[in-house]
Order: sequence, then C-alpha cells, then structure tokens
Amino acid sequence: MRKNIDLAIAANDAALAMALMAELWSVHAGLATAPLVLSWFNKLQSMGEGLDAKTLRLTVLRSFSVEPAVPLLKAAAMLGGVQLDVTLGDFNTYAQDLLSPDGPAYEVGTDAVILAVQTRDIAPDIWLGQGPLDEARVAAVIAEFAGLIDAFRSRSDAALVVHNLEQPAWPADGVLDGQSTGSQRDTIFRINAGIVQAATQHTGVYVLDYDGLVSRHGRACWSDEARWLTMRLPVAMENLHHLADEWLKHLVPISGKIAKALIVDLDNTLWGGVLGEDGPDGIELDGEYPGAAFQAVQRVLLDLSRRGIILGVCSKNDEGDALTVLRDHPGMLVRPDDFAVFKINWQDKATNIKAIAQELNIGTDAIAFLDDNAAERLWVRQSLPEVHVIEVSDDPLGYADALRAAPVFERLSVSSEDRQRKQHYADQRARQDLQGTVASLEDFYQSLDMHLDVFVVGASDIQRVAQLTQKTNQFNLTTRRYSEADIAKFVEDPAYMVYAARATDRFGDSGIIAVAMIAIADNHARLDTFLMSCRVIGRTVETAMLAVLARKLEDAGIKTLVGEFIPTPKNAPASEFLANHGFGEDQTLNLPAPSLQVPGWIKT
Amino acid sequence: MDMEKSQQVRQIIADTLFLSIDEVGEDASQDTLKNWDSLQQMNIVLALEQSFGVRFKPEEFTLMTSIEKILQHLQAKQA
Repeated sequence: MRKNIDLAIAANDAALAMALMAELWSVHAGLATAPLVLSWFNKLQSMGEGLDAKTLRLTVLRSFSVEPAVPLLKAAAMLGGVQLDVTLGDFNTYAQDLLSPDGPAYEVGTDAVILAVQTRDIAPDIWLGQGPLDEARVAAVIAEFAGLIDAFRSRSDAALVVHNLEQPAWPADGVLDGQSTGSQRDTIFRINAGIVQAATQHTGVYVLDYDGLVSRHGRACWSDEARWLTMRLPVAMENLHHLADEWLKHLVPISGKIAKALIVDLDNTLWGGVLGEDGPDGIELDGEYPGAAFQAVQRVLLDLSRRGIILGVCSKNDEGDALTVLRDHPGMLVRPDDFAVFKINWQDKATNIKAIAQELNIGTDAIAFLDDNAAERLWVRQSLPEVHVIEVSDDPLGYADALRAAPVFERLSVSSEDRQRKQHYADQRARQDLQGTVASLEDFYQSLDMHLDVFVVGASDIQRVAQLTQKTNQFNLTTRRYSEADIAKFVEDPAYMVYAARATDRFGDSGIIAVAMIAIADNHARLDTFLMSCRVIGRTVETAMLAVLARKLEDAGIKTLVGEFIPTPKNAPASEFLANHGFGEDQTLNLPAPSLQVPGWIKT
Repeated sequence: MDMEKSQQVRQIIADTLFLSIDEVGEDASQDTLKNWDSLQQMNIVLALEQSFGVRFKPEEFTLMTSIEKILQHLQAKQA
C-alpha cells in the first residue's frame, strides 16, 4: 500500500493517492502511519496538487499528555481537507493559560481552543470518591469551569471546545454507587450537566462529551494506567486516534469544511444486491442479516436529514424501477420524500454530482458521496477532488458506522431552519414544477405570493445569522465569515445595524434567508455584509431587501450608502447586484433613492 | 543484526521526525539527530510499539535513544 501511494504521487495522480491514503488510514490509523500521511501531503502540496485545504489554528490546553495524539489529529484533518496548525499549552497549566492574557490561547489568529481536563486532575477527590460529594462540591467544580470559560470569552472570540468529566471505570463504592443519588456517578453526571449550562451562556463555546467518548470505546479498555503513571498519558495508544477523531468532529464544523448534502448510490449501498438483476423481490432489505446492514445505513440517512443535511440519490439504474422500490418496498426506511434530488440514469457519476450541486444551489465541495463501488469513488475523486468521498470497505455492516464517523456531517448547532430543510427543498421542487407552468417571469413572481419581513437581529437570531455568514457562498457581496460571538458584538455595537429577513410564500416558510450588516459613521453608511440564501435566489428578494433598507436609512437621515463587492470563485450571482441597483462607479448609492422600490409582487 | 528490521526502524524514525531515510543512518541517535528530542522520543517508541506489536516498559522508554539500542530492545522482546 505504501509503495502504491508513493507510485501514485510519483505519477502525479493525487486522486488515487488520496483514495489509497484514506483506505490506509481507515485500516491503520495510528502513530506509525500518521507521519507518513503528513509527509505524503507535503509532497502533494509541494507538487502544487490542487488540495484545497482550509487552515485552522488550534490551541490545546490540557491537564495531561496529548502529544502523541497531535500527529493523528493532523493526519485525519488533512484527509478531510483541513490543515491544522496546532499549539499545545504546557503540561497541566490550563488554568494559568486561560487566566493570563498572554497565554497561548490568546495568540492572534487562533481559530479554536480545546480545553482538555480530566476528572482526576480538576477534581481528584471526586475521581477517588473521597470527601463529601454534596451539592456544594458540585457547584464548586461547575463554578471552576464557568470561571475558565468566562475568562476565555472575555479575551477571545475563538471557538472553545470543553471536555466534560469522565466517570471512573470502577466507582469507589462498587455497586453501592448505583443505589443512591449523591453517589460518585451521580455527582459527575450533575457536574457535566452544569458544564453544558455554563457553555450555553456564551456563543461559540461547545462541550465535547469526553465521558461519552470513553464509554463508546469501552471504559475498561480506554486508559492505560502504566502510561498514565509514567508519562502522564492516560489514553491507551490504540484509543488515541479516537480522541483525535472526536476533536476533529468538533473542529470540522468550526472550520466550515462541512458537507451540506449526502449523495448515495442505491445497489449494494441502500439495499443489498443489484435491482436490475435481482428484481425488487430479490434485493436484500429487512431486519435480518444481510438486509439489516442496509437498514442501518438508511437509519443514519434519516438522522442526517434531521440534522439538516440534504439527501440525494445518484445511481446507475432504471429510474422507474428504482423509484418504485424507494416508494413501495416494505423494507425501505427512507422514502422518496426524504430526498431532495434524484439522478437515476446511466451517466457518469461525476457529471451527475455536478448537476446535483447546481440543482441544489450548493458547491460541489459541500457534497459528500457514498458508494459501495471503489471504482465509482475513485472516478468521483479524480473528477471532483473537492467532493467528500466516504471510504468504505466491501463489508456493508461497516457503512453505517463510516457515515457516523465522518466529521463532515457534524454540526455544533442546529437551527430550526436546519430541522426543516427537507421541507424547504420539497417546497422548492414544487416551486420549480410551477415555474414550468406559468407564462412570464412576472406572472411567476406574482403567483408565488411572496412576503418578506425585514427586522433588526435580536439574540435569538444570532445563531442563524452567523450560520448564514459562514455558509452562504453564492449571493454574498463580501463573503465575510462571522462567528456567533462576532454577530453578538455587532448587534451590541451602536455603530452597526444588523438586519435579517424572513421569507414566506405559498409553498411555505423559508425562515431567515437574508442578512445585511451596515456600518454607520455620521451620515454615511457602508454595506459590510449583504447576503441571501440560495433558497431564494432568482426571485427579486434581494431588490426588496435593499429597498426596505434604503427606506430605513433615509428615515435615519443617512445621505450615502457605500457597497462593496469582493469577488470569489463562487459569488458571481451577486456580481452585478450593486450596478443593477443604482450604485455608481464609486460603489456609492445616494440617498434618498426613489428609483429603488420593493417589487410589486413582494409584500413587506 | 537483521538488516530488514534495521531498515524498518530507520524508516519509522525518519517518518516520525519528518526526515528521509537517508538522513537516518545505522548509527543515528538522539545525539546525531537534533529533532529527536524527548517529545519525539515518546512518539518514536509508541510508533515502534504499534509497528512491531510489542510493548516496552517505562524504564525502556528512556534507554532507547539510538538505532542500535532500539534494535537491542526489540531483539530482546521478540527473541
């Protein structure tokens, strides 16, 4: 395998090298392979191979040795398209590091900080089950965490990921511990609930369920007492990559390198067998082996859909037969309504995925692809290296876990818009169908019965507004990415006006779909951010939004509004916006601007 | 000494320290390779454990500071 990767790199075949590395890593993630993977990436990058990696600066503050996990983290991140620049705080100096303003957490440019503190370090009495495990002790530990989190947030806008506390494998009181409240287990449980509460007081502070991680991989096997006592390395070597992967699951959504859609194959991926050969009654899909493996995959799809991830099908099959199975097969858990897009034809899958991206109005770099066929995966990697291809072995029992392990599907917050996304896309399909039946564009707009509600952003909207600044690529004038903490600051700042808009039409409520942030100085305003979700592109909503804002600025006595367009590879749809709406050569719109009006077909 | 094993050890050290195998000679040690520090020592020994499927005692960690010494300890484990 190692030789094959070297050969692929020598032959300049980055896609093949990536596929082989992903395969190697899925089987041999560990300290012997991590440096290799990293050096291969160095080679690919020095050859100028288009690995569009996103750089993220991370600081880990810790109470124990994490050093050997760092190369594992970097290698796994690189395979997911994130280049990590990692700084470690000194051993067990996490508190000083957070409390001193020149600590490593506060270096300029830091994107994320992980606070990795163990129960036995921050609360040795609780770890050993000694001393009074009462309400006061619980409150004291929670207060310690809250103090550290507050100190961090007062000095930094970076994302903070806080480990919660691990339960001991063997409670001090044995089975007696399970018999009462106020036990060791109950105490740690309550502290962990308090840590979540402390984190939710701030935006951009997240909890890593370290106790859940340990229990998932087996509490009795997680740690290595000898290594803890001699090297302060508590995590057994074979589990270190699980810790690195869990970190990555939090860092990927922070980096924004996420998949918005998952496109799946059908034969031997959603069901066992080949529909065209085995027929609808011959495919394997039920609660028994091997059909159960495919139901497990379908269950993950439903989970991802609830998380806001769009589902699509890309399969070489007869469309009518495949849709019949999707609709009628008694073993199917996902149904046609769960998918936003179908490409069931005999075209190559890269072409289909490109078409899917266009249809969904998202970039191909926001698409993940699951297919049991290694040749199809390689073809997609070669044609579209930016697509997140899920590497799987040929054992379908592993597919569901491969999806659950993929960090690109992780989210640190889910807005109600995300939860309803499936509905939005179903609505959009209905809209597109309607577009075919009406005569003129104006008639079409009229028939949509659009309402746009422009409002000042308040605390409850910050999460969605930040998410839009991070995710919107196409109709985005400046593509400035802001964290929840940033937005919260702008909202507080009297020199800024932060507006958002909610759209509804006859098909449903699209939720918050547009954001405008305006900086005001004297009688002049500057459009720092103006963006619109791709859900409503092509419906003149942008004109309505700008007109409403212009009225508000005029009422406030503002004389000019300066726009800005920062071109990116993706925001061409917004390139003509300023010129088309009365902004001059100098990007300035003089107010009042009576020619700028809300289109007659949109009610505001 | 087993040439193949020596080659494998040199490769692991080279990979861990981000060097090419040519830079890690048969006589390489903590004294001759400047990025072979105490932190990398931990990574090297853990990588050796993973690659050879052995486990070293804490006392051995600090002693395995050259290719020669590593090979001796490996030999003793696998004999």
